[in-house]
Amino acid sequence: MNSKQQRMILKITLSGIIMLLGMSLPFQDFFYNQILFIIAYMIIGYDIIIKSCKNILRGKVFDENFLMTIATIGAILIKEYNEAVAVMLFYQIGELFQSYAVRESRKSITNLMNIRPDYANVYRKNKWLKVNPNEVDLNETILVKPGEKIPLDGIIIKGSSKLNTMALTGESLPQSVSKNDTVLNGCINLEGILEIKVTTEFSESTVMKILELVETATNRKSKSENFISKFARLYTPIVVILAISLAIIPPLLFSDATFSSWLYRALSFLVVSCPCALVISIPLSFFGGLGAASKMGILIKGSNYLEALSKTEIVVCDKTGTLTEGEFKVQEIQEVNMKKDELLKNVAYAEYFSNHPIAFSLKKAYGKEIEEDKIKDFKELSGKGISAIVSNHNVLIGNEKLMQEFSIEIEKKKTTNTQIFVAIDHVFSGSIIIGDTIKQSVLDFTENLKHQGIKKTVILTGDEENISKKISSLLKFDEYHAKLLPQDKVAWIENLITQKSSNGKVLFLGDGVNDAPVLARSDIGCAMGGLGSDAAIESSDIVIMNDDPSKLIDAIKLSKKTMKIVKENIIFAISVKIIVLILSALGLASMWWAVFADVGVSVISIINALRILKGVKKK
Amino acid sequence: MTKYKYKIKNLDCANCANSLELALQKIEGLENIAISFMTEKLNFECEENEKEKYLEKIKTIIQKEEPDVEIEEV
Repeated sequence: MNSKQQRMILKITLSGIIMLLGMSLPFQDFFYNQILFIIAYMIIGYDIIIKSCKNILRGKVFDENFLMTIATIGAILIKEYNEAVAVMLFYQIGELFQSYAVRESRKSITNLMNIRPDYANVYRKNKWLKVNPNEVDLNETILVKPGEKIPLDGIIIKGSSKLNTMALTGESLPQSVSKNDTVLNGCINLEGILEIKVTTEFSESTVMKILELVETATNRKSKSENFISKFARLYTPIVVILAISLAIIPPLLFSDATFSSWLYRALSFLVVSCPCALVISIPLSFFGGLGAASKMGILIKGSNYLEALSKTEIVVCDKTGTLTEGEFKVQEIQEVNMKKDELLKNVAYAEYFSNHPIAFSLKKAYGKEIEEDKIKDFKELSGKGISAIVSNHNVLIGNEKLMQEFSIEIEKKKTTNTQIFVAIDHVFSGSIIIGDTIKQSVLDFTENLKHQGIKKTVILTGDEENISKKISSLLKFDEYHAKLLPQDKVAWIENLITQKSSNGKVLFLGDGVNDAPVLARSDIGCAMGGLGSDAAIESSDIVIMNDDPSKLIDAIKLSKKTMKIVKENIIFAISVKIIVLILSALGLASMWWAVFADVGVSVISIINALRILKGVKKK
Repeated sequence: MTKYKYKIKNLDCANCANSLELALQKIEGLENIAISFMTEKLNFECEENEKEKYLEKIKTIIQKEEPDVEIEEV
C-alpha cells in the first residue's frame, strides 16, 4: 500500500466516524448534525470537487469527478445530507479498492513473468565479477552456480547440469545439458556449475523478447475491449441527458410531482452513469489471460488473438516436426538367429563412421560406448548402404539393392517407414525399421480438440501420401493433404477459410520451419518450439514455447475461460446498471442502490476478472 | 519507422486511459499509438528524426487531458 492509499484510508475513517456521529448524536437543533455532515463531506470529497472544477475549466464535463460532485451537491441541496456523504464515501472506497486491485494484479502478473535475471557472474581480469546482465558483452564468459538463473543466452563451455525451463516453457521436467549445448536465459540451473560463453546481448535475449512480447500484447485490443470503450463513450452522456430530463420534465408535466423527489432520482442516475466497472474489468481479464498463458509457456501476441482463439473452428497441422518428432528413430528390430542386442551392437559398430541420419539413429538406439579398434574396413556403398568388418565378422547394412547384389535372401515387411537389412558374414540376420515417430502427447490430440468444440482437423504436409495417410488415420484427423509445396499449403488454408462460419477462425499449427506464409495467411498462426527461433516468433500470432502440440488445447481452454469471464462481467455490469436505472427512475431505489451499481459492480467484476490468473486445469 | 516505449505514470483510471488514448490517436502522422492501462506503457511508432516533434505534441495533449500524468523513458 502506498502513501496515497494510506492517506485515503485515513480520510475514509475520519469522514466515516464524523458521519456516524452526525447520524446518531441527538442535538436539539438539527443544524449541528448538518455541520457534522458537511465536515465529513468536505474531508472525503474536497479533492474530487477540486478535480472536477479543474476539469470543467479544461472543457471535460462528463468526467466521473464532475458527475460525483454534481450528484452529491444536489443531494445536499435537497437536504439528503447523509446520503451525500455516503455516496462520496463509498465512491472513494470503491476507487481505493480499484487502485489496490489493479496494483495487486499488475504485481501478480509481473510475478508470473518474473523471469528477468538480476545479475551475471562474469569473468574479467582473472576475477569473477557480479554485474548487471545488461553490461555483459558478447563472447564474455559467465558462471552460473546451482540455484541461479541463467542471465544470458549462450553456449556451455564447461560443466553439465540439469535446467529448470519452467519459466520459459511451462514444462516441469528438467532438461539435461552439457558442453556445447545452447542454453537460454531465464532457465534455472539445478545441479552443476556451468561456464557459458555469451552469444546474444541481453537486450536481444530470450527473456527480453518474451517480456517485450507479453507487454505489447495488450496494445492489440480485442473486439470486446473496443466494444466496451465505445459503449463507455456513449453510455455516460446518454445517462446524464436522461438524468437532466428526469429532473426537469416530470415536474413540468405533472402538477403533483415535486421537483425535489425527481431531482433525487436524477441524482441517482448520475451516480450510476460512471462506466468504470466495465472499462476496468475487461482489459484486466485479458491481461490476466495473457499472463496466465505465458506462465504455461504459451505466448499470445495480442488480446485480439486470445479472443479469436476461443472461436477456432478448424485446426490445421503441419506433420513433420509438429505431430511427429521430425527425426529418424529405430521403431522395430527383427532379428534372425541372434539376439536383438547382439544385432543392434553389430549394426551400431558397423555404422560408427557413417554420418548418415539413419546411422545416427542406429547409434543412438544402441546408446553404449563403441570400441573403435574393433572396426575395420568401413566402406560406404553409395545409394545402397555400408559394409564393415566388426570383430572379424563382415557386416553389410543397407537396402534391398545391396542385399540383391550379394544374393542374400531377405524377409521384407510391409511398412510405410524405411526398412534396412542386415547381413552378417553374408547371412541375413535381421532388419530394422526406421522412421519418424509420432509424439506421445498427440495421441489424443484430435479428440481433445473436438471436446473444445473444434469442428474440423486437417493435416497439410509436404510428405509422401502413404505416410501421411497412416498418420492421419492413426490420429483420427478429418482430412489430410500430402505432397504439398508451401504455396499449395497457402491455397489449402484459403480453401478452408471459405469453409468456416463467418465468426469462426482457422488456426494453423506448425513447427515454424518453412511455415511463414501459411502462418501469416491463417486467421491464427501458431508456431511451436518458439525458443530460439526468431522466424517462428516473428511470423506467428501465438507461440508455444516447447514442442508440445497439446499446449494448444490448454490455450483454447484458457481463451474460453477468459471470454466467459469477459462476457459475465459485461452482462453483469450492464444489467445491474440498467435495473438500478429503471428502479431509480420509478423512485423505487435509493441512492444507496446507485452506489452499489457503481462501486459494488466494479469491485465484483474485478474480483471475477482476477480468477483468470489461476489459469486452467491440465488434464 | 522506429518503435518507442514510455512508462506512463499516475494514470489511475481505465476510462481515463481510454479517452487519453483516443485523443492521442488524433495526432496525424503517428503510427500505432497505444496506451496499455495494465502495463502502464505508452507505445508509438514514428521516424527517428520526428520523435522529438511528436513527443512535444503528445505531452501537450496529456497536459490538457490528464495533467497529473507524466511520461518517462524506459
